[in-house]
Amino acid sequence: MIEVKNLRKNYHSEKSDKYAGIGTKEDKENGISFSVPKGEVFGVIGPDGAGKTTLFRILATLLLADSGEARMSKWDVVEDYKEIRKIIGYMPGKFSLYFDLSVEENLKFFATVFDTTIEENYEFIKDIYQQIEPFKTRRAGALSGGMKQKLALSCALIHQPEILILDEPTTGVDPVSRKEFWDMLKKLKEGGMTILVSTAYMDEATRCDRIALMRDGEFIAIDTPAQVIADYEQTLWSVKGDNLSSMLEDIRAYPQVETSFAFGDEHHITVDPNLKKEELSDYLTEKGYTNISINEITPTVEDCFLALTKEGEKGKEED
Amino acid sequence: MKNNIIVEVSELTKKFGNFTAVDNITFKVTEGEIFGFLGANGAGKTTAMQMLIGLSKQTSGEAFVAGYNIRTESEEIKKNIGYMSQKFSLYEDLKVWENIRLFAGIYGMKDKDIAEKTDDLLKRLDFEDERNTLVKSLPLGWKQKLAFSVAIFHNPKIVFLDEPTGGVDPATRRQFWEMIYKAAEDNITVFATTHYMDEAEYCDRVSIMVDGRIDALDTPSNLKAHFEAKDMDEVFRKLARKATRD
Repeated sequence: MIEVKNLRKNYHSEKSDKYAGIGTKEDKENGISFSVPKGEVFGVIGPDGAGKTTLFRILATLLLADSGEARMSKWDVVEDYKEIRKIIGYMPGKFSLYFDLSVEENLKFFATVFDTTIEENYEFIKDIYQQIEPFKTRRAGALSGGMKQKLALSCALIHQPEILILDEPTTGVDPVSRKEFWDMLKKLKEGGMTILVSTAYMDEATRCDRIALMRDGEFIAIDTPAQVIADYEQTLWSVKGDNLSSMLEDIRAYPQVETSFAFGDEHHITVDPNLKKEELSDYLTEKGYTNISINEITPTVEDCFLALTKEGEKGKEED
Repeated sequence: MKNNIIVEVSELTKKFGNFTAVDNITFKVTEGEIFGFLGANGAGKTTAMQMLIGLSKQTSGEAFVAGYNIRTESEEIKKNIGYMSQKFSLYEDLKVWENIRLFAGIYGMKDKDIAEKTDDLLKRLDFEDERNTLVKSLPLGWKQKLAFSVAIFHNPKIVFLDEPTGGVDPATRRQFWEMIYKAAEDNITVFATTHYMDEAEYCDRVSIMVDGRIDALDTPSNLKAHFEAKDMDEVFRKLARKATRD
């Protein structure tokens, strides 16, 4: 359904006055390649500046790559861009809604652009659109974040696309609305739609069939979330106790601790596989910490990202 | 726990026409506390925060921030707080030192103090080589650290952070919270909003707004116990489910 081969794009960013792009690292001469079968939810996960938007813009035929190929359904992103625009729904990072138009006018506008009507597609968007329909006369600019997101999704779906491209649809959206949004995507997937979605929220990875972890313009891992987690090689412990903030510094000072990060009410640390929990526990007790509990844990996708990032930085200055 | 109250809010309300954005909220924040101010989109967080930093006038109720009345002394409040928005509020086309100089000047610091503190800050951040770098050329994570440092450069009693960590990579997000811890150890009160529920766990106390009201306010561990939840995400979901407005 989506086929991407050796894709590269290099450009000079006015904003940061730097060269940026995707698939341009010298040690990775092949650019970005991946494929997404029909009916899959494929998540591109990485921080701001990783290149997610650049990749999506190329696939949405809004930006030309320097080299490489990409096909959406059977169409080439350069040759057949007009065909692709008919079969994709694209929701850019900043919702492209007309804030001075009402909810219904926005939807009508997008329907007209695709030479169709709300009525013809009502059944298709019903599940999502009905949640905002009571406010159809309200200006889009006056909607809450969660409702803007639902309207933008309705607009992207109005022509019943085969492929949905969503660029950070949940950024700045609260956890409850985020969960609802992923539930909506699940329903669309079950209806056979192929969905390409990006996010900076690592916890959303598990809602995807497969994920690509992206950083500095490159995919650093691409697999099912379960396999990404299974490939994690370090020994990962959770450390809990009183006075966590100062404990972090003392943990870091311990020789057999490799990395340590605060994860809310616990610290996630990677350690030398020969280290015993009791040794660290005794050390922390000696330092005066109380209620210490140390457990080996299964990594989250965020732990994997941290580990892969660190690997990529070996021999390179931290940016 | 120290007992100096830095934020005292009583029955604060803001209406826009018939719509009550902030509905009679009452709470206190003590000095040196890390206070998480959570709520769903549209629950009224931004409106409440804007009143506390002197950018919006309340419809009724009272609040004192750093000892000043938000109704009558909003100019004093602005001098005594730090603020960092989602967009980092730095000038992209100015150099690192120029940004520091500009903000410190706006807060009325003396040239000599600014020069000394700038050297000190750049050293502490390990930024000495970047003194003359344009802010737009800095990596996102560095910008964020600089923006936070600039927001507390004039030694405010309290700093307001509006979703400071959106979109940054996981390692930087965690380093950023370590900076927040350090600020709190220096007795700067931190008042922060976030959509990352794991970050709520770093806070000393957390309030959760639902439909303009504060429906919960306690330490993360007490909230988890009270709502029989395994983490803050679950606490948040249980509370936000009660929301009736969009």
